[in-house]
Amino acid sequence: MTTLLAAILVTLKLAGLTTLILLLLGMPLAWWLARTGSRWRMPVGALVALPMVLPPTVLGFYLLLGMGPDGPLGQLTTALGLGTLAFTFPGLLLASVLYSLPFVVHPLQSGFAAIDAVVLDAAATLRASPFDRFVSVVLPLSKPALLTATLFGFAHTVGEFGVVLMVGGNIDGQTRVLSVLLYDQVEAMAYADAHRLAAGLLAFSFGMLLVMQWLGRRTALAHD
Amino acid sequence: MTEPAGDIELRLHWRRGNFTLDVALSLPAQGVSVMFGPSGSGKSSLLRAIAGLEPAARGVLRIGGETWQDARLCLPPHRRRVGVVFQHAALLPHLSVHDNLRYGWRRAGAPAEAMREWIDKLALGPLLARAPATLSGGERQRVALGRALVCRPRWLLLDEPLSALDAERRAEILPYLEAVKREARIPLLYVTHAVEEAARLADQLVLLEAGRVRAAGPALEVLNRADLPLALREDAASVIEASVLGHDGHGLLRLDTPAGMLHAHGPAHPVGTCVRLRVPARDVSIALSAHTDTSVLNIVPAVLQSLSPLPGGQFQLQLLAGGACLLARVSHQSVLRLQLREGLAVWAQIKSVALLV
Repeated sequence: MTTLLAAILVTLKLAGLTTLILLLLGMPLAWWLARTGSRWRMPVGALVALPMVLPPTVLGFYLLLGMGPDGPLGQLTTALGLGTLAFTFPGLLLASVLYSLPFVVHPLQSGFAAIDAVVLDAAATLRASPFDRFVSVVLPLSKPALLTATLFGFAHTVGEFGVVLMVGGNIDGQTRVLSVLLYDQVEAMAYADAHRLAAGLLAFSFGMLLVMQWLGRRTALAHD
Repeated sequence: MTEPAGDIELRLHWRRGNFTLDVALSLPAQGVSVMFGPSGSGKSSLLRAIAGLEPAARGVLRIGGETWQDARLCLPPHRRRVGVVFQHAALLPHLSVHDNLRYGWRRAGAPAEAMREWIDKLALGPLLARAPATLSGGERQRVALGRALVCRPRWLLLDEPLSALDAERRAEILPYLEAVKREARIPLLYVTHAVEEAARLADQLVLLEAGRVRAAGPALEVLNRADLPLALREDAASVIEASVLGHDGHGLLRLDTPAGMLHAHGPAHPVGTCVRLRVPARDVSIALSAHTDTSVLNIVPAVLQSLSPLPGGQFQLQLLAGGACLLARVSHQSVLRLQLREGLAVWAQIKSVALLV
C-alpha cells in the first residue's frame, strides 16, 4: 500500500506543480497568441498545439536525448552542476509542462480572445495602466477560462503515461506516477490492485469533467 | 506659431495601409466641437489617436498648456486626462453600474463631489446596483457619460454615442448631452455622421474627408456654406439661431431670428430661450414679390448670394436674409423663368422650420 501512497503523492505533486508553472507561463503566452498581429502567431500556435497530436513517446524520446549527457539540455545542466535530468523528478516536471502546454494555453487563449478590445480601451481611458487592466479586467472576465485551464492542465498531467515512461522511468517515490503503477500491476498480474486503481482514476477523470461541465453551464447562465 | 493659452492644438499624422490621416487643427478649449464626416473619413481614428489609443499616430497634441504628445513625448492613454464615450458604451461587463463609475473615479483621484454631481445630473441613482447587461442602450450611454465625467477629464471625447440607438432612445439621451454641454465646463469633441446631431450640438464644426480637414470653423458658418459637400446632400439645410418671442397656445412658436420673425411648431419654451432652427433647402422656395395669398407662414426678404448647379437639373441657391444664411433648392426651369441671378432681391418662402433644441 505504501507503493500506492507514494505513487499518489508523486502524481499529485507533479500535476500540481505542472499546473502552477503552466498557468504562469501560459497566461502571457495565451495573451500574446490571442492579441498579436505578428506573423509568428501561426507557427508558435502550431508549436504549442503539437503535443495534442504528437505520440507522447515521440516527445519523450526527443526529451530523453536532449536531457542525456550528450544532449544540449544535459550539457547545460551538467555545466551548472545539476547532473542530467533524465529519470529525475525535475526532468519529469519539464516533460509534463511541455506535454500539457496546449491543454492550459488553449482555454486561456479562447477566453482572452473573447474579451472585447474596446472594453480594455475604455479601461485605459479610465486611467488603468496595462498591468492594472490585466488584473482588474482581463482576469475577472477570464475566470471560467482560468478554471477550465487549471482543471484540464491538472487532469491531463495525471493521465500522462508515454512521456513519463520515456523520461521519468519508474522510480518508487520519485518518478513512479499512478498510470505507471497501474501498468506495473497489470504486468505483475495483480488484477485486484489494478482494478482498484483503474476505477479510481476513472472516477477522478469523470469527476473532473463533471465539474467542468457544471462550471460551463453556470457561466453560460450567468451571461444570460 | 504659438497657440493662445487655453486652446487645443492638434496636429496628428498617421498612415495605416493606404489610409492616411493628416490633421492640423486649433480648437477652442470650450464648447462642443463636432467632427463630422462620412464613414471612412477617419473621424473615429482621429478620436482614438487623441485618446492615445493609436500609438502609431505621430504629431503634437496640447490642451490648455498641457502636452499629451509631441516629438519627444507620447503619453499612454491612462496618463492622458481624457474622457471617452464609445459608440457601444463599452461598460466593464463584470462590474455593476456603481463600480463602473468608481473604476476611473478612484484611479483619477477625483473628489466625491464629482461623483455626486454626475449621478444627480444624469439621473443615475436608480441604476447604480444594476449590471450593464440589464441596461437599455440609452441607459448604457448615460452610464458611459457619467463614468467619463466623474473622472473630471480635461477633454471629453464622444465617438458616435447615439448611432447605435433608435430614434426614441436618441431623443431620451439628447437632453442629457445638452446638460453635459451646458454644465461640464470642459471642451467636448463629438464625432458623428448625423447632420441633425451636428446641427443641434455643435459650436465648432470640423468637416473631415478622407483623413483630411475639409473645413473647420464656427458651426453655423460651416453648416451654411454652399460650397461644401454638406450642401450637396439630399437633406441639405441651413441652421439659424433664434430666441423664443412667444407662443400662440396651439403649438406654434414666434421666434426672433437674424432673418426676421419666423414661426415654428414646437414645445412652449419660455420666452427668451435660445434655440436652433433647421431649414431644409428643399422646403425653401423663391418668389419675386411678397405673396399674402399663401399658406406659407414664413416669408422673409432675402438677397440671392450665389447659384450653383446640382446634379439632376436642380440649382442650390444661397440667400442672405437679414443676418442669416439660407439655402434653397429650385429647378433649372425656375431659375430661367424668374431670371435668378446673383444680387437679386427676392422673397424666401419657408414651408417648414424644424426646432433643434
